[in-house]
Amino acid sequence: MTETGGTTPPATPDASEGAAAGDGTTAPGGTGRLGPPSWLALVFLLPALLFLGAYLVYPILFSAYRSLWDASGTEFVGLDNYLKMFTTPSTFVALRNNVIWVVVAPIVVTIAGLIFAVLTERIRWSTAFKIVIFMPMAISFLASGVIFRLVYEQDPERGLANAVITTVQDTVSAAAAYPDANPRPGAPLAEASGGGYESTEEVSPGETVFLPLVGVQADELPEGAEPAAEAAVGGQDELTGTVWLDFTRGGGGEEGAMDPEELGLPGLEVQAVRDGEVVATAFTENDGTFLLEDVGGGQYTIRLAADNFTEPYRGVTWLGPTLITPAIIGAYLWVWAGFAMVLIAAGLAAIPREALEAARVDGATEWQVFRRVTVPLLSPVLLVVFVTLMIYVLKIFDLVLVIAPGSVQADANVLALQMWRVSFGGGNDQGMGSALAVFLLVLVVPAMIFQIRRFRQESQ
Amino acid sequence: MSEHRWNSRGAIAVAAAGALVASACSPGAGPTGGGELGGVELTVAGKWTGVEQEGFEAVLASFEEETGASVSYESTGEDTGAYLGPKIEAGEPPDVAVLPQPGLVDEYAEQDALVPLEGEAATTLDEQYTDYWRDLGSVGDETYGVLIKAAHKSLIWYRPGAFDEAGVAAPETWDELTDTTSGTLSDAGITPFAMCGASGWTLTDWFENVYLSEAGPESYDQLAGGELSWTDESVVQTLETLAEIWDEGGMMAGGQSGAVQTDFPTCVTQVYGQEDAAMVFEGDFVSAPAAEAGATVGEDAIAFPFPAVGEEPPVVVAGDIAVAMTEDEGVQELLAYLASADAQSVWAEQGGYLSANSEVTADAYEDEFTQELAQTILDAGENVRYDLSDQVPSAFGATEGAGMWAILQDFLRDPSDPEGTAEELEQAAPES
Repeated sequence: MTETGGTTPPATPDASEGAAAGDGTTAPGGTGRLGPPSWLALVFLLPALLFLGAYLVYPILFSAYRSLWDASGTEFVGLDNYLKMFTTPSTFVALRNNVIWVVVAPIVVTIAGLIFAVLTERIRWSTAFKIVIFMPMAISFLASGVIFRLVYEQDPERGLANAVITTVQDTVSAAAAYPDANPRPGAPLAEASGGGYESTEEVSPGETVFLPLVGVQADELPEGAEPAAEAAVGGQDELTGTVWLDFTRGGGGEEGAMDPEELGLPGLEVQAVRDGEVVATAFTENDGTFLLEDVGGGQYTIRLAADNFTEPYRGVTWLGPTLITPAIIGAYLWVWAGFAMVLIAAGLAAIPREALEAARVDGATEWQVFRRVTVPLLSPVLLVVFVTLMIYVLKIFDLVLVIAPGSVQADANVLALQMWRVSFGGGNDQGMGSALAVFLLVLVVPAMIFQIRRFRQESQ
Repeated sequence: MSEHRWNSRGAIAVAAAGALVASACSPGAGPTGGGELGGVELTVAGKWTGVEQEGFEAVLASFEEETGASVSYESTGEDTGAYLGPKIEAGEPPDVAVLPQPGLVDEYAEQDALVPLEGEAATTLDEQYTDYWRDLGSVGDETYGVLIKAAHKSLIWYRPGAFDEAGVAAPETWDELTDTTSGTLSDAGITPFAMCGASGWTLTDWFENVYLSEAGPESYDQLAGGELSWTDESVVQTLETLAEIWDEGGMMAGGQSGAVQTDFPTCVTQVYGQEDAAMVFEGDFVSAPAAEAGATVGEDAIAFPFPAVGEEPPVVVAGDIAVAMTEDEGVQELLAYLASADAQSVWAEQGGYLSANSEVTADAYEDEFTQELAQTILDAGENVRYDLSDQVPSAFGATEGAGMWAILQDFLRDPSDPEGTAEELEQAAPES
């Protein structure tokens, strides 16, 4: 459509001129047009016109026609499909996501492209850098989708994004030794208000407490863990006890008792608490025993500090319902940043250097030069990139299909995907699917008209 | 259409040329060529990939060897309906399609996209299969499909190493499973389950097993047939029962949010490869990905029957139904072959396969475990039920991001409102 629209108008004035020139004999020095007559051009254009007619105009018209019929295509339903479309909640989700996409993705990609283009001008290995940034364009959307599906996996052992995040997090604050540990049911331990566990009975100095925990795999205990031992009774101002893994490998151990095969839990932080205040702190030995020294008289609760049980940071749920659309836009950025960069870099190369030099001579800072000179001069290119991206973004499909797991596909839905699902996936309602297709076309048309106008203006 | 015509014309030409060559040379065909279908080209579409695809291609290869036809297999991916829909619309269907749901047989039969079974294929189905299986592939009076691969969907796979470490045995009732088995595993520091929440069909299988056992076969049929509302008390009860496992983040690897992102067969890898969990619920076909993850099926990958929630333990089966979509030469022969005990014995050798053909003997299977599985399907008798989500229209029972799949995924993410979930199911269910 665009090409025929663009080429026909200039052809008409030429035709009359050509006809005039053709009438006269050889007009030396005249303005007569050189070359073959215009009907020949039409002949050569005919295959393209036929092709566009068969593969573009006809499908559009047929989709519009088909959208007025029901699922099987046998019954005329008028505008029912359109009514149904706008009253289905899933279309709204798709529409909302499309709006997010159209607003966010082109801006982010254009800005990233601009930054890359400006920066690559300044570095020595700019070509190598540009190739690397541009490379994702050479990978199909489907393959990019598969790559990012893996990158965004929740499990840090599989997903790159979470592997990076959890590694950084672990260096900042190390993971707790016993995240899954919990008291053996029936043990004199209860969840403490500030996290961790505390003894349900109060003890006084000189007494010994035995605290059974479960939920830790014996293989995962810190190295050097020894069979649990009963702590010796301490002195007048001491509290002693044992924290151990009350689970015999293979089962069969007695609950609450220290069976011979059961191991102590080393390195656990134990606190003596009186009136809500921590009076003494100790760490368990390799056999699980601990000794709290220098406690005065009175009643104490023994608390296993919350730090022992902090859940390890599991990273970000990229593929969950809330983050899925931003995550896919991230993948889109990875693919398209190179395209934006190359176009903008070409525009940048065409900017007259004198303008920049003049601004610098006048004492403008680099930021001012960029903001007041470079960007305004680049704005036509930026606009073209932006509008092109908008058109592409409106019909986004493959990345969403591949990256979003089945469980969040409803949350990540976009119009093009909805169209495909309705037409071919399960429902097989091609009437409704056509209605969605027509709707999508209507949304793309303004951007197309804008683009065509720009091209016209440029050619004038 | 035109391509088909060309194909068959080409096939005749090639066959004629082959005949000339054969008559010109010595009598009797070579070791690979010849056969009565020499030169015939057929396409088969099914959802299998990976190991399952290799197993099926071995069967196709033996058909090629026997008849001289050449058969190419194309994988439809998980969404068979989405793959076949446009092809049927365009008049370019594969010659034979393997449909994962009886719902699709009905759907395509209504669209006149199927060719009824004839000749040897029909006789094989009559003689070697029970009425139950034959009815499954029939619409009205016409028989269209033959169940060429059955799946036992009432199994819970476990890692014996984990069970030994915790000192637990396979449970026989649901309460034992949720209390003793899972509780003791948790105490031993082992996550009980790996869930395949991103693959919605595994969640519908959970539902079906609990529902069949808890509400009984009659209610199951009524629910499948649309005679019982999804807001019925029995459905809510089943969802509540499921929540006993689904509502506990500690019960599953990665918690609930990790579970809804884990697809099948990644969840199998979590049990047998990464050893992050002790049990994974799914059908007999788990054996293939389990073996791929490095486990030896029967030794360190074992399954126990889905425990009884109500009075009887459930036996839910599913299966893949082969149908003819064109009238081309060789199509009925291929179907007859696929239905035969011979072909299925070849398949059985490949592993990860169960036959519904009564004449496939138990010793056709490579291991004792599969032999037992085959026996349970035959023994379960009248209480066997076909996968419910595959009996309802696929828009409700088998579509990514919609219907049962999506609603149960939401329920796994947040199982706090069984009544609300039942209500959602009722609204998504097709009116009948």
